[in-house]
Amino acid sequence: MSAVSAEPRRVSLRGWSGRAVAGFVLTLFVFFFAVPIVWLLFAVTKSAKALTVSNPFALGSWSDFVSNWHQLFGFQDGAVTTWIGNSAFYALGALALTLLVSVPAGYALALTEFKLRKALLVLTLVVMLIPSTALVLPIFLELNSVGLIGSPLSVILPMSFFPFGVYLTYIYFSTSIPRDLLAAARIDGCTEFQVFTRIALPLGAPIVALVAFFSFVQNWNNFFLPFVMLPSSDGYPIQVGLTSLLAATPAFNPSSAGSDSVQLPTLALATIVSILPVLIVFLFSQRFLVEGMTAGGTKE
Amino acid sequence: MTIAPPSDELAAGAFERRRPGRPTGRGPGRTPIGYVFVSLYALLALAFGVVPSLYAVLLAFTNADGGFAGVGNFTKVVSDFRFWPAVLHVTLYLVIWLVALVVFVVGLALLVHAVRLRWASTALRFVYYLPGALAGASSVLLWLFVLDPTASPVSGLLRAFGFDSFVAVIQPGNLPAIFAIIAFWTGAGGWIVIMYGALNNISTEVLEAAQVDGAGAVQIALRIQLPLLRKWIAYMGVMSLAAGTQLFVEPQLLSQASNAVVPNDYSLNQLAYQYAFQQNDFNGAAAISLILLVVALLLSWVFVTRGGLFEKE
Repeated sequence: MSAVSAEPRRVSLRGWSGRAVAGFVLTLFVFFFAVPIVWLLFAVTKSAKALTVSNPFALGSWSDFVSNWHQLFGFQDGAVTTWIGNSAFYALGALALTLLVSVPAGYALALTEFKLRKALLVLTLVVMLIPSTALVLPIFLELNSVGLIGSPLSVILPMSFFPFGVYLTYIYFSTSIPRDLLAAARIDGCTEFQVFTRIALPLGAPIVALVAFFSFVQNWNNFFLPFVMLPSSDGYPIQVGLTSLLAATPAFNPSSAGSDSVQLPTLALATIVSILPVLIVFLFSQRFLVEGMTAGGTKE
Repeated sequence: MTIAPPSDELAAGAFERRRPGRPTGRGPGRTPIGYVFVSLYALLALAFGVVPSLYAVLLAFTNADGGFAGVGNFTKVVSDFRFWPAVLHVTLYLVIWLVALVVFVVGLALLVHAVRLRWASTALRFVYYLPGALAGASSVLLWLFVLDPTASPVSGLLRAFGFDSFVAVIQPGNLPAIFAIIAFWTGAGGWIVIMYGALNNISTEVLEAAQVDGAGAVQIALRIQLPLLRKWIAYMGVMSLAAGTQLFVEPQLLSQASNAVVPNDYSLNQLAYQYAFQQNDFNGAAAISLILLVVALLLSWVFVTRGGLFEKE
């Protein structure tokens, strides 16, 4: 599948009633998808009391926002800061490794020959299509037997195995790079390594960005893997840390009322903070996201 | 350009295009550079794909002392009183989720595609896609708020349905629907964008011809667009089915937030987790994970080998 035609023809709904129904359904779903997020933005500016009594879409006050902020980052002596740092470390570490591993692999699968190439391609495709959570417990059992549980490597290394990234680079290099170009570079005296770094890699920049996007989003949001691999709170990424915050919220867990308890608006703020990096990446990538370039990227 | 999803490239024999040992002297096949480039990936694929799977197989067929257990672990977990309820929970959730996904994703993609204003269409896709940023624990947490009548932005709606408290909302009978709503909210936008991209690829001539023949929007949708979307719908269905069997984070967080009104062995993956971490029974955990892994592998395999789903347009 290559280029999309410039201006695709649209099927137009004729008649007033058809358009009205279509508009109603589309609007209904705008509310369904947007209301929770919009509400979340308002919730963090309120006190716990205001959250339950005031209009859900009324703005609170700056001072309430600040006090929510302080409560969140004061939780367990700044645990949230640690968790965010951990998330960044795991997600970026795995991202760097993923690129280092996947891009050359995709290139090699597309443009070189070696034994077991086909086997590796089939393995890539099969693993890519199974949900990543399916392998979490088997990987836990394996790493447990070699004593790696609790180490940052126990999440970074499994995250770096990213067959979807290899698949994307494979498709890109096998369809978008003219082989004659590589041959010309060889005739001009490039070594095989230089052909990759000087010709293929610069041409592959868009696909490297795309792999980086998917890898980062998936790593940052990963819950099951770190939840299983990292037993100690010091090692939690923010996604797993959210469970500690939730457990300390009396509104959901009445047994947790105590000095270090978390109020609802603070929990709402934690939700926003936990997704902020991904949200920013999404906002900056929105053009290519909605044009369908990410087709196939959804792997929940 | 559009990145195709797991397309024909692999399944329809892209590997056949370049055979090893081509006689052209300038081919890269004569140097061992390919091995260097794939070595790290092959290592990771072994360490985190092949070996754990094999190790799970080994554990599932042995007992705690390492002796051969036959199918003992499987009969043990299958006859566990928590096993079939968990299967039922996951199945109910899958049925609701998949039906909602197919109906609404396809419907919304067709509607969004019919929107003529370019900015409106882009904005709609973006709004639908945005919740995808809140995967995993974050989206569950957000939905805890939405489902708690004391704080919810739609508390009026919840009360109108007779849900006056959080506990009333999360009664066991409601859970499959709740998990389906959360999963739909997070993931549907991505699929809508994919379907939209697929609709854009339907050739102009076909649609024009249909219009000349007097077909209305509904007829075009039913007779032309839907059949051409079929393979994408199948792809979505298979992927979602495989992912849905893995249900974990939603019930896990809800169990924690509800003081165990929602049990911590609600789904199969949770049960496997309980075996590993509460009962220290790694063999039982391996047996359950293996069952889930085999289901996922079968679905994936059917999809890879029956590449007919991915014929080129």
